[in-house]
Amino acid sequence: MQERKHQTSEDRGSKMEDRRAGTDEIQLTVKNGKISLDSLMGGATQASASAGGALHVPAKKPAQPSAPGSSGFVPLTSITHRPASTVNFDAIRERLAKMQGKQYWRSIEELADAPAFQEYVSREFPRQAPASWQALDRRDFLKLMGASLALAGLAGCAYQPAEQIIPYVEQPEQLIPGKPLFYASAMTLGGYAQGILTESQMGRPVKIEGNPDHPAVKGRTDVWMQATLYSLYDPDRSQNTLEQGVVSTWDSFVGMLTVPGDNGKSFLDTLHATGGAGLRILTETVTSPTLADQLTRLLAAFPAAKWHQYEPVNYDGARAGSRMAFGVDVDPIYHFDKAKRIVSLDSNFLLDLPGHVRYAADYISGRKVNKSSTEADLNRLYVVESTTTITGMMADHRLPMKASQVEGFARALAGQLGVAGVNGQTIPAAQSWLAPLVKDLQAHHGACLIVPGEFQPPIVHALAHAMNQALGAVGTTVDYVTPVAARPEEQTTSLSSLISDIKAGTVKTLLILGGNPVHNTPADLNLGDALVGAGGDPKKNPNRPLTIHLGTHYDETAALSDWHIPEAHTLEAWGDARAYDGTVSIIQPLVRPLYEEVRTPYEVLSAFLGEGSRPSYDIVRGYWESRHSPAPANAPLAAQQAAASAFDKYWQKVLHDGVMPNTAARPATVTVKANFAAAAAPVPAADNGWEVVFRPDHGVWDGRYANNGWLQELPRPLTNVSWDGVAIISPASAEQIGVANEHLIEVAHNGKKVSAPVWIMPGQPDGSVTLQLGFGRTRAGKIGTDTGSYNAYQVRTSKAPWFDAIDKPATTGERYWLATTQHHHAIDTGTPKELDNTYERGLIQHTTITEFMKGHYGAEEGEEEKNPNLFPNEWPSDTQNPAPGEHIEPKHEGPNARLPITSAQVGGKDVRGNNEHSLAKYPEQVPLYGEYQWGMAIDIHSCIGCNACILGCQSENNIPVVGKTEVARGREMHWLRVDTYYQGSLENPATYFQPRPCMHCEKAPCELVCPVEATSHSAEGINEQTYNRCIGTKYCSNNCPYKVRRFNFLQYSDQETPQIKLMKNPDVTVRSRGVMEKCTYCIQRVSEARIQAEKEERPIRDGEIVTACAQACPTDAIVFGNINDPNSRVSKLKVQPHNYGMLTELNTKPRTTYLARVFNPNPDIPSEGAKEHKGAETAAPASSQNLDARRKEIG
Amino acid sequence: MAKKARAINASAQAASAGTLTAPGGTGIVPAPGHAAPPVPVGDEETFAIIEPGHTYGSISQKISEIILHGNLWTGWLVGLAMTVSLLLLMLTALSMVILQGVGMWGINIPVGWGFDIISFVWWIGIGHAGTLISAILLLFHQNWRTSINRFAEAMTIFAVMCAGMYPLLHLGRHQYAYWMFPVPNTMQLWPQFRSPLIWDVFAVSTYFTVSATFWYVGLIPDLATLRDRATNRFAKIIYGVFALGWRGSAKHWHRYTAIYLLLAAISTPLVLSVHSVISFDFSVGIVPGWHSTIFPPYFVAGAIFAGFAFVLILAIPMRALCNLRDVITMKHLENCGKVMLATGMVVFYGYLMELFMGYFSRNTYEQYMTTNRMVGPYGPSYWALFFCNGFAPQILWFRKMRTNIPCLFIVSLIVSVGMFLERFVIIVVSLHRDYLPAAWGMYYPTFWDWAQFIGSIGLFSTLFLLFVRVLPSISMAEVRELVHHEGHTAGAGEVAYEEAETSGDGQTTGSNLKPRPAQA
Repeated sequence: MQERKHQTSEDRGSKMEDRRAGTDEIQLTVKNGKISLDSLMGGATQASASAGGALHVPAKKPAQPSAPGSSGFVPLTSITHRPASTVNFDAIRERLAKMQGKQYWRSIEELADAPAFQEYVSREFPRQAPASWQALDRRDFLKLMGASLALAGLAGCAYQPAEQIIPYVEQPEQLIPGKPLFYASAMTLGGYAQGILTESQMGRPVKIEGNPDHPAVKGRTDVWMQATLYSLYDPDRSQNTLEQGVVSTWDSFVGMLTVPGDNGKSFLDTLHATGGAGLRILTETVTSPTLADQLTRLLAAFPAAKWHQYEPVNYDGARAGSRMAFGVDVDPIYHFDKAKRIVSLDSNFLLDLPGHVRYAADYISGRKVNKSSTEADLNRLYVVESTTTITGMMADHRLPMKASQVEGFARALAGQLGVAGVNGQTIPAAQSWLAPLVKDLQAHHGACLIVPGEFQPPIVHALAHAMNQALGAVGTTVDYVTPVAARPEEQTTSLSSLISDIKAGTVKTLLILGGNPVHNTPADLNLGDALVGAGGDPKKNPNRPLTIHLGTHYDETAALSDWHIPEAHTLEAWGDARAYDGTVSIIQPLVRPLYEEVRTPYEVLSAFLGEGSRPSYDIVRGYWESRHSPAPANAPLAAQQAAASAFDKYWQKVLHDGVMPNTAARPATVTVKANFAAAAAPVPAADNGWEVVFRPDHGVWDGRYANNGWLQELPRPLTNVSWDGVAIISPASAEQIGVANEHLIEVAHNGKKVSAPVWIMPGQPDGSVTLQLGFGRTRAGKIGTDTGSYNAYQVRTSKAPWFDAIDKPATTGERYWLATTQHHHAIDTGTPKELDNTYERGLIQHTTITEFMKGHYGAEEGEEEKNPNLFPNEWPSDTQNPAPGEHIEPKHEGPNARLPITSAQVGGKDVRGNNEHSLAKYPEQVPLYGEYQWGMAIDIHSCIGCNACILGCQSENNIPVVGKTEVARGREMHWLRVDTYYQGSLENPATYFQPRPCMHCEKAPCELVCPVEATSHSAEGINEQTYNRCIGTKYCSNNCPYKVRRFNFLQYSDQETPQIKLMKNPDVTVRSRGVMEKCTYCIQRVSEARIQAEKEERPIRDGEIVTACAQACPTDAIVFGNINDPNSRVSKLKVQPHNYGMLTELNTKPRTTYLARVFNPNPDIPSEGAKEHKGAETAAPASSQNLDARRKEIG
Repeated sequence: MAKKARAINASAQAASAGTLTAPGGTGIVPAPGHAAPPVPVGDEETFAIIEPGHTYGSISQKISEIILHGNLWTGWLVGLAMTVSLLLLMLTALSMVILQGVGMWGINIPVGWGFDIISFVWWIGIGHAGTLISAILLLFHQNWRTSINRFAEAMTIFAVMCAGMYPLLHLGRHQYAYWMFPVPNTMQLWPQFRSPLIWDVFAVSTYFTVSATFWYVGLIPDLATLRDRATNRFAKIIYGVFALGWRGSAKHWHRYTAIYLLLAAISTPLVLSVHSVISFDFSVGIVPGWHSTIFPPYFVAGAIFAGFAFVLILAIPMRALCNLRDVITMKHLENCGKVMLATGMVVFYGYLMELFMGYFSRNTYEQYMTTNRMVGPYGPSYWALFFCNGFAPQILWFRKMRTNIPCLFIVSLIVSVGMFLERFVIIVVSLHRDYLPAAWGMYYPTFWDWAQFIGSIGLFSTLFLLFVRVLPSISMAEVRELVHHEGHTAGAGEVAYEEAETSGDGQTTGSNLKPRPAQA
């Protein structure tokens, strides 16, 4: 990123103040469909003579005569450049029904663009407001959406794309076609900001990276950051303001609020008169200072109004826990990089906590391994957890335990650590653990960290705080700060009071700003139920408030609302938000809103504050200007100008950097109350019962990304299931219920039940069923509607939002097919384990740090015996190898230049020696010529399996989404996959993640067999795929031992939908049907750097080229660079003793190599099998995980 | 079968009564169409190469009768209707694949080749028997080949046509199939000659060209006979054009014999090379289960094995329906059975050797591949393969079974299925679990896979039925020669010599010339 300077939106010109006035912006607006939708709806077809005065619309039917004077054909007078014509809405309607073809839409576009017609609609529509509540059924809704989508596509269907229609009379400053610009901004997940750096090509955001200056991400990303791009271009996004489901406008909405009605009072007047009684505002977690300020002002203006926050994935437990422990609200900020011993009490801090990207980076930075690493260099992670998470899989010691038992464990640990007032319970399962753990922690006083599970009850958090205090962690590995959220509160309580108010009929106006509470509120506090009422008919519910919904999609909530206002995406709107540590980022738009009607929460609140249609930019900038030491109003003009100018500079810098300096939350000095634990009686842990655990899905999160194709198709960490939620159970539980993978089980809770497909996960606690939130959406869009097997919210209650006891799930006897990207059907094989020698393949190598220090780097002892080189000594040994440790400068050395890593030796031993069983037999490596030879090292020790690399690659390389059916057929297109391997017992195996891109083999088997030379080796060692030469024989894929090639079996790439077309990265070819594709090491980035370097007459610097996967990776597990340069990062990794190649016995000479995983187990804890490394074993493939269960099923 | 066929049969039997006493006969052969030739046909099957009692005339009469004077038999029409339906199915499947993409099939990653390449190899293999019979057996002076070489060659050509369709169809981008040919082009790019797929292109196209030429050259004398015997003017013209002015002069025969031998010599190495090259598609790859040096001989043997099975599948109904039991005798069937037995043993050896080498190699991947074949998800296909190609043909050790027509027919069908399974096991079962367990997958053929394969059988059968109807499915010229040869050995040759016939238009045709001496 060093070379990629990022800019602010303001750099581009000064006219961004009014986003609708930004004429220097590239016009990207997809035409709003509202006008023609009107004609579809039939609501606005009754023309009157006064309507616009210019365009006449004949009566729809003779039976419905239009206003007097409108019959007959009136020539157009005001639009002189158009031929006089009339518009036949019946014909349009008819044609719309059969919508297809370019010319057809072009004619409608002309119609839709007619200014007179627009005026007619905007003037006419308010009077056409439907009289009564009209619930759209799904069919009508889809028709509407289809039509609006088609209309949205107008620009794309025209002969020229919209962005070229406005010519560059004056080329915008800095904008050079083909040169990307980078802008710092932020996106939020659960309210917390994550800094992004968005690549913009010709005004289109095409790729999202992490902002290196942002404390929450430090330049790295997670899947949601990557995928937010897809959400921007989601064709199903809401594009119109709807009133009662009928197309309206923002102006109408503002008019509704401010225009006096029959009694001479406007809506707001009435509201003011009552002090806002009956007004309720429901938001998600708010960290935005501007929004908080607006809300505060609103609540001041309407004292009787109330503001509620609800987010399905909230941190109520942590909130209550800090109150329990300290008596005040504080947020803990962890410093994993400073911790030597970490205990996670059911926390998935690598993926579920705000700030998880930073936490992942910090955690891994505390355990990076190189050849001189010793035990002291590595942190040690203990995880107690109630379901299988990637955090647990990264642990040195992992203890699966039911969620309800974690409290007991925490009490036991706290008791032994000497936390006052806690009675140590006895946890039989953890007996062998506790004493060594306590000893280990106490030995590292001041460098320990206890992380309470974000979804654990308050007492666990309180205990963790107490333990951290007892261990001297406060101030070193954990800091407490004032809460980042604008108004910290327990959201479930807040929601509960809202729902009861609605049911009581005291809520008159409900303003929902973002979110989809009708879908994601708990079953016992369901907003949808409250709105629909007891009668089952929302129209007849007397307690139904006037509901106004701001949302990105016409979703479940929008369908039950009176007004739906489309929400602007974070990449097209102004805003601000705070990160997990409180740092403020200004969200700046990268593109003009794709749809004109979209609004932000700021604008909606502004309208309620009586400020009319104030643009977000004014609101956000205005707020910060007022905070930035403004000159007093009575100050002289010069002082005011100076203040304004100073603010301008400050604002520019904030926008440029993407973070506002010195805005991190204030540290709070707190001490744990004595006897805090007394308040919470120890919960007797039910040992034998069953429990259900709810977790956010690691694709669609709480359901908000349900219509995001990238996230839906993303193989979920560990399960590798895409497109569906599953019920995760342990092998023993499966046996007990009598089910196998894909069998449906019924999970009953709180009187309701859902049928969920089983996914058997080794390592899941027995008797525990994990369900994921976010599936089973009924109104999400083409991708998300009815996708996913079940809706977990139906059985989730407010009292036990994260886990609860249930009855033993029963099998329904039915089967539900799941699409997975790994071991598609391998679990069904029934291959006897003893005949299955896949364990011997040496794909995953791992060791412990103590073994590592002794020189055992992960290869299995005697592996060479078992798996000898398949191609024994072909060549005589090369006597000209350099001496040990000697490096030959590769540059300009001519043909005799040798790759140093092939001959360098470490510690008197061949660098590959111990673990490189086969290449050692090739004394002579293929010499690498030239200046640059690209290669990659992937550290599976650092890979946390978060899958960010997959989406980084998908976004960068225009990889299409293929859908569940195709994934199930084994045709997913991801160029990079993260394979999961297990080792050890079914109850608690070690788990390994292995990202698998193309290996770019020196002797690539694919290159040999292509009949048309479509795949070939570049001079710089990249195995290149020439798409336009490929004829699609698939031979290369068959012959690829790593199976990293992907084939376009059908026309996967969407080349029709205009929004999706805008999303494409212009640097990468969009592949068509019948073409093979694969990882290119992001060759477009290589070329870009090369061109830049050549222009500047210098060599390409190390680190100048970062592949998309490496850039996305939160833990730096992927390193790319020039392996001909001994000083490059990648070369330095490749000479590490635990570097190994995959399947090197095939003599493919892969350029992508791996670094073995190194555990740091506590020697006093009895091994769980996995980390018992005496020369270590190689891991079993995941495919064998369920063989036992499966075999039992087969009989 | 049709009434007409029964009529021929009946008249033939009636006629045969009068000639039984005097084999070879001295009487003048009736003009064509007037009465059936004196063909001695009994209920008993014969082990002679050709039923005794045939004359040149009777041969020409009998074989040309099928084409020239048979009406459209109901059975043939019904058969054609069925095969054309299958052909239409194939055309639908083919259009679907071209319009929608090869994703209509069940192929995926890791199994990039499925029924397409299985069918390709299967059809190519079937083709091999024809060339073996017509070329190698000719060079080896196996006289018994004469009766079956024509239709076996036709089988080759049609099978290669069916096979040739698949490499084109399996491409992701069909429109660029020509890039596999070394066509001079503006891109200045040539095929990549290291790829076995390019070798395939040359092997298969050479094979088709040579086979078609060989077949056509062999047809010329017969086309002349048909020209002379045809009564329909249109048929006369067509046959006449394709007979290339053949008059049966000694010069013609001389050149004909030379070119025929030459083509046989060219064809002979093709029998071995084509399937060896096909096997390189696999053995050059590094997939466990593909990368094996035994593949070329084992594929060639398998091809001949499958081809002879297919010859039997075609010959057994044909000789019954067209009343050719006297020409395609039990001797031929038995010989086919023997060849199947022999090549089947080679194939079986190949299977056992793969098994052995799987373990002997101590190569993890080979070992797993072998295990997976036996007990993996496709295990049943492997055992079915063993049954079909390994065990079922063993019954042919018994002469009684070898000469039992239903038994031969059933074994042939089993072997054809087995050869399909063999390619399934090699291609799909090897690919679906190769090196990386994380990349393993399954392959399930879709409706379009089956439609394409079954439809290609329709294409083959349609072509074959049309061939049977318009061209002599048994080489008249060569069988006449055979009659001469057999006459010599049976002492009836001189009778044949005296026979002469004048065709309707008085022209001298090949059929009334004195037979050339049997090739030394």
